[in-house]
Amino acid sequence: MHPAFQGLLTIIIGVGGCVGYYYFSNQFLDKVLFPAKGANIGRNINRANMVRPWLFLFPALLALGLYLAYPVVETLRMSLSERLPGGGSQFVGLDNYGQMMSEPKFWEALQNNFFWLLVVPAMSTAFGLLAAQLTDRISWGNIAKSLIFMPMAISFVGAAVIWKLVYDTRPVDQEQIGVLNALYLWFGGAEPNTWLTMPFWNNFFLMAVLIWIQTGFAMVILSAALRGIPEETIEAAILDGANPFQIFFKIKVPQIMGTIVVVWTTITIVVLKVFDIVFAMTNGQWETQVLANYMYDKLFRANDWGVGSASAMVIMLLVTPILIWNVYNARKEMR
Amino acid sequence: MDNIAGTKSSLTWAVHISVALLVALWLFPTLGLLVSSFRTSDQIATSGWWKAGFPSEQNLTLRTGDPDTQVQDGDVFVIEGNLFGEVGAAEISVFGISSREIGTYNAGDTAELRNGSTVTVQSNGDYRQESAEELTGSRGSRIFVTATTPPEFTLRNYQNVLFDPSNREGMAKAFFNTLTVTIPATIIPILVAAFAAYALAWMDFPGRALLIAVVVGLLVVPLQLALIPLLKFHNEIGIGKGYLGAWMAHTGFGLPLAIYLLRNYMVGLPRDIIENAKVDGATDFQIFVKIILPLSFPALASFAIFQFLWTWNDLLVALVFLIDSTGETTVMTKQIVELLGTRGGNWEILATSAFVSIAVPLLVFFAMQKYLVRGLLAGSVK
Repeated sequence: MHPAFQGLLTIIIGVGGCVGYYYFSNQFLDKVLFPAKGANIGRNINRANMVRPWLFLFPALLALGLYLAYPVVETLRMSLSERLPGGGSQFVGLDNYGQMMSEPKFWEALQNNFFWLLVVPAMSTAFGLLAAQLTDRISWGNIAKSLIFMPMAISFVGAAVIWKLVYDTRPVDQEQIGVLNALYLWFGGAEPNTWLTMPFWNNFFLMAVLIWIQTGFAMVILSAALRGIPEETIEAAILDGANPFQIFFKIKVPQIMGTIVVVWTTITIVVLKVFDIVFAMTNGQWETQVLANYMYDKLFRANDWGVGSASAMVIMLLVTPILIWNVYNARKEMR
Repeated sequence: MDNIAGTKSSLTWAVHISVALLVALWLFPTLGLLVSSFRTSDQIATSGWWKAGFPSEQNLTLRTGDPDTQVQDGDVFVIEGNLFGEVGAAEISVFGISSREIGTYNAGDTAELRNGSTVTVQSNGDYRQESAEELTGSRGSRIFVTATTPPEFTLRNYQNVLFDPSNREGMAKAFFNTLTVTIPATIIPILVAAFAAYALAWMDFPGRALLIAVVVGLLVVPLQLALIPLLKFHNEIGIGKGYLGAWMAHTGFGLPLAIYLLRNYMVGLPRDIIENAKVDGATDFQIFVKIILPLSFPALASFAIFQFLWTWNDLLVALVFLIDSTGETTVMTKQIVELLGTRGGNWEILATSAFVSIAVPLLVFFAMQKYLVRGLLAGSVK
């Protein structure tokens, strides 16, 4: 069967199935199980209304449980066990973690991830704040915003190709076709560099790609926050003789601090999961390994599920503080 | 805030310039790829894409006509013609007759070749080769020229990548595969999430607050954790690697954001409408279908765009749940990664393939930006 046709069929079955499920389960509840007539009409209506939320929630809860909650538990279990030949597994305690810690590649990934976490959220937020502040003040600001926001729509893989062209290197005697080398030579560099193979610094060239993508996100959110600042506070500052820089850093930024934290944490989560950029551009060679790619290597190239799961748990562990913080805030807001 | 006294500072021009710089910096990389996708491989390899709009200087190796095209003119044998095949293709500044000295003669000069003949090359490519004796051999003499070619753009790369059925690395199949993954994976989670979001927003039941907290928590769970457990699960229930698995995975991974976005939006709908409908005897199902869904259109659109961009651009889920060893179901992102490995230097292929893949999200982005921004503002956990 042609996949496009199969896709169409899936849409019809999927959508039809969902609609049918909701419709008929409601009908069943109202007409058969607890009919709104007869002797117990009041009790029946109450009971039906107690069951109905779970009818509405059931498919979503099933999917969430199966695709997100269960894997967390299962990955934890796998990280503590070892596969035996011929199926089955055996509990091995923390052996997988021990083995992972003895691998220099893991420490390299952890160290690189640390630098990513330090640089990318900070730079994206800073550039985003700058862009938001500047574009709010000019007539063609919306067009400028659109263009800075645009990389959000580009896939990590597409971005990897775009930036590989920027970093491209040709032999010394040929004309450089990568912008970075062309600029480098133009500013008096001795000879073209292969940027992606310079240990340590190449990490920053990879980070530039993610900063380029995430700045637009930061800009959009922070721009909305800047617009929400009460005008009186700024007016008062101007009357008191504050200069534009003082207004920005002492009046505006403190008032949107909450939003800045949100942007920062959101980008932090993206950074922790970053995989495609490294996978497509260097695949972790030349000391650019990161946790997510290390995990992919272990799971699907080395076929070592134990160590792979252990490294996945490390990512989960790093995400957990943000998870708790988000839940805490969401609950506070609901009260 | 334009009306506030004193905001019109003398720094306005500085603001304009910095924004222009920022935009240029952000646009430049993408522009490079777009321009490169319209250039031939020779052009890409010999000059930076930023020079594409200008005439480019190239070193070419050309040949005079074959000896069997010579004509006898009095007591000399002559071959005449144009080195480029046609007049006006390029302009020659200097030329040479040996690969070590390619710039010995100016256009219009006459050079003496090793076989004793002389050749005169004009700047437009016209040449006249004269020899006292009959020229022999199967091919003409080599002429090394430095020529300036006018800027030129071609659609051939797109033709090769998209419409050439014999091209095994073409993007046409991957394009349709991506589309096949994307559409069901966008529609189904919306429907499932909308019902759940309604229940979480407008129905009273014990455990509601807890469920909302769980959804917020699941928002940030890295999908990396799900890879092996779910692949095992898919293998156990017999669907293995394929579209069905990819659709289900995308649905599962997209749900927390969908529920969160839609619930936040639905909670803000006016209570009066819903209570009036209840008083008039509408059931929850009717309220949902006839009132909530139409009113929630902006939130549904926001999420649809997110999910579309995410599934279209995804690589990891496709690698793990979709693409089997036959490679029949490959998607564009995977195809590009493969090209990066095998065709690392062929920028005309890479640039065109990548642009085919990012063109659709860019279109969606520019057409529906309003909803995307709205969704972002609602979706960032405040």
